[in-house]
Amino acid sequence: MSAPSDRSLARRLALAVPTLWMAALFLTPFALVAKVSLSTPALSQPPYAPVFALAEGAAAALDKFGELGVAAYRALLDDDLYLASYLGSLRLAAIATALTLLVAYPLALAIARAPRRRRAGLLMLAIAPFWTSFLIRVYAWIMLIKDEGLINHALMASGLVAEPLRIFATDAAVVIGVVYSYLPFMVMPLYAALEGQDAALREAAADLGAPPLRVFWRVTAPLSLPGVLAGSLLVFIPAVGEFVIPDLLGGSDTLMIGRTLWAEFFSNRDWPAAAAVAIVMLAMLAPMLVLYERLQMREAGR
Amino acid sequence: MTKSFKKGPASVEFRNVVKRYGSVVAVDDVSFSVEPGTLVTLLGPSGCGKTTTLRLVAGLEIASEGQILIGGVDVTRLSAADRDVSMVFQSYALFPHMNVLENVSYGPRVQGVARQKAEEMALEKLRLIGLQGMEKRAPSELSGGQQQRVAVARALVLEPEVLLFDEPLSNLDAKLRRRVREDIRELQQTLRLTVAYVTHDQEEALAVSDKIIVMSNARIAQVGTPRGLYDEPKDLFVADFIGDATIVDGQVLSVEGERARVKVDAVEVDLPSRGAKPGPIKLAIRPHGFRVHETAPAAAAIKARVAKAAYLGKHIEYTLETPAGELFAIDAAHAEAIAHGADAWVTLAPRGVALVPG
Repeated sequence: MSAPSDRSLARRLALAVPTLWMAALFLTPFALVAKVSLSTPALSQPPYAPVFALAEGAAAALDKFGELGVAAYRALLDDDLYLASYLGSLRLAAIATALTLLVAYPLALAIARAPRRRRAGLLMLAIAPFWTSFLIRVYAWIMLIKDEGLINHALMASGLVAEPLRIFATDAAVVIGVVYSYLPFMVMPLYAALEGQDAALREAAADLGAPPLRVFWRVTAPLSLPGVLAGSLLVFIPAVGEFVIPDLLGGSDTLMIGRTLWAEFFSNRDWPAAAAVAIVMLAMLAPMLVLYERLQMREAGR
Repeated sequence: MTKSFKKGPASVEFRNVVKRYGSVVAVDDVSFSVEPGTLVTLLGPSGCGKTTTLRLVAGLEIASEGQILIGGVDVTRLSAADRDVSMVFQSYALFPHMNVLENVSYGPRVQGVARQKAEEMALEKLRLIGLQGMEKRAPSELSGGQQQRVAVARALVLEPEVLLFDEPLSNLDAKLRRRVREDIRELQQTLRLTVAYVTHDQEEALAVSDKIIVMSNARIAQVGTPRGLYDEPKDLFVADFIGDATIVDGQVLSVEGERARVKVDAVEVDLPSRGAKPGPIKLAIRPHGFRVHETAPAAAAIKARVAKAAYLGKHIEYTLETPAGELFAIDAAHAEAIAHGADAWVTLAPRGVALVPG
């Protein structure tokens, strides 16, 4: 008699562990951030009010609930800086995602079409640089693109330009940094989508008279769309909230939400504003995360 | 792109064609011809070069040496897109992101035919193969047999000079196979198509072919009609591969004109000589070339012991141990199988026994 209930207990435990894990490490911090975003800044430690304390008792806590409000969110609407930051982030992330796709597609295609025994090695080569520190790699780009950097040295030595190209500390530098840093996230799903295609499909198209470009646009490309979408979301979502790359490579006029958030938090010590910025960003990206999850489920189901 | 339609079936000719991949020779000095409007199978075990040969006809592989002619025109260097040849792939290779109609009208669309005309052409072929009403389905919504018919319609829609089939029955269940191979043969004969057909199944090849090209180790082992290959295999490989055959040692006693007197163990038979000289020789004996007796017959017979006996309804299969070696025999004359381990006597039937010269 005890066997079935034992099993259901085990099953409940098995589900409880990840649930508790998510609750402790994701939901709780999220609730804390959400709560801070509803507070008001204060010259205290921590720098916001109200602060709940267990020792005060229920009545005092209930009073403090009344002090919570959406002032920080309203402030986001009042100051154009925030809207500009969000739009700037979306714009740069979109440009960078499109460029990453353009760079990654030929790369993934070449690896997928290479002889089978070489594919693993080539894939490794495409990804190996990303095993070193992200920070150092982004920093290294400064050496390459700054006015007296390697690229400008080469361009000026070859006589192609008279003045150094202004790349460092511009939006272009941020885009370069994102394209470089997130390349593997685009290459991997593209490679998976391309490598899985039955070569006979291309042969059938060619057999029916389609020239190679037409085979690509009508067969290879449409069948790789799930990979394109997955890769684009994997690049776009983190690129929107990127802080390190715009901070190291961007100019003072590079408006990205990650930097604005950092400034609110550390420079202005306006924790409620920073928390509100973070919550709005999450709300913005959540639909895309859901889309990505859906896509993964559909692929897994096939 | 100047493919015109309605050109009718064409001949295919291979002249000393070689295909190499690095140091591996996949097709070695192969020459054959296919008459217009006939069905030729390329038959052989896996890795014998038959599929590569088919792909050379399609233009999906380009010959390393030699000449390939289709309809008398040298196409050796032409790509698949520029050859008037269509292939039905083993995996069918239907475009999963297009519905049935889009799949079948793909060929004419690529050739620059207007959408409406292309769809009319596709619908005509879909009717021909009995798939009307399925135009809007996705390939994944069709059964294996239906998918294959879509693949056939797609290959037929441009009315190619030559139609190619790569192992068309391999993805179908056993019951469907016989019907599909009959359908393919009927289609080929009704439309008078030139068809090249790859298979590893000798029974399939015997059933559908006007001519069979047996391949082994990248070379042609023998070319002939199904009857010719079965009755007069050129060598032991062909004898063994086309229809089951037991290879036994015999002795040619004498040759008189086209006939030879041959002794196998205790039995003497009169057979077409096929150029044999008196002396030792190999014989290929079909399962029905043996007569199995429960009691010693009046004539001389090979003494045997029943090693295996299987009752299969319409006949009984025997594996017999004899001084001439292990024999595989089929007995359709008796209803009761001789008991396992019992003695039996074997004589040779007038048909199903052939000398294998060389």
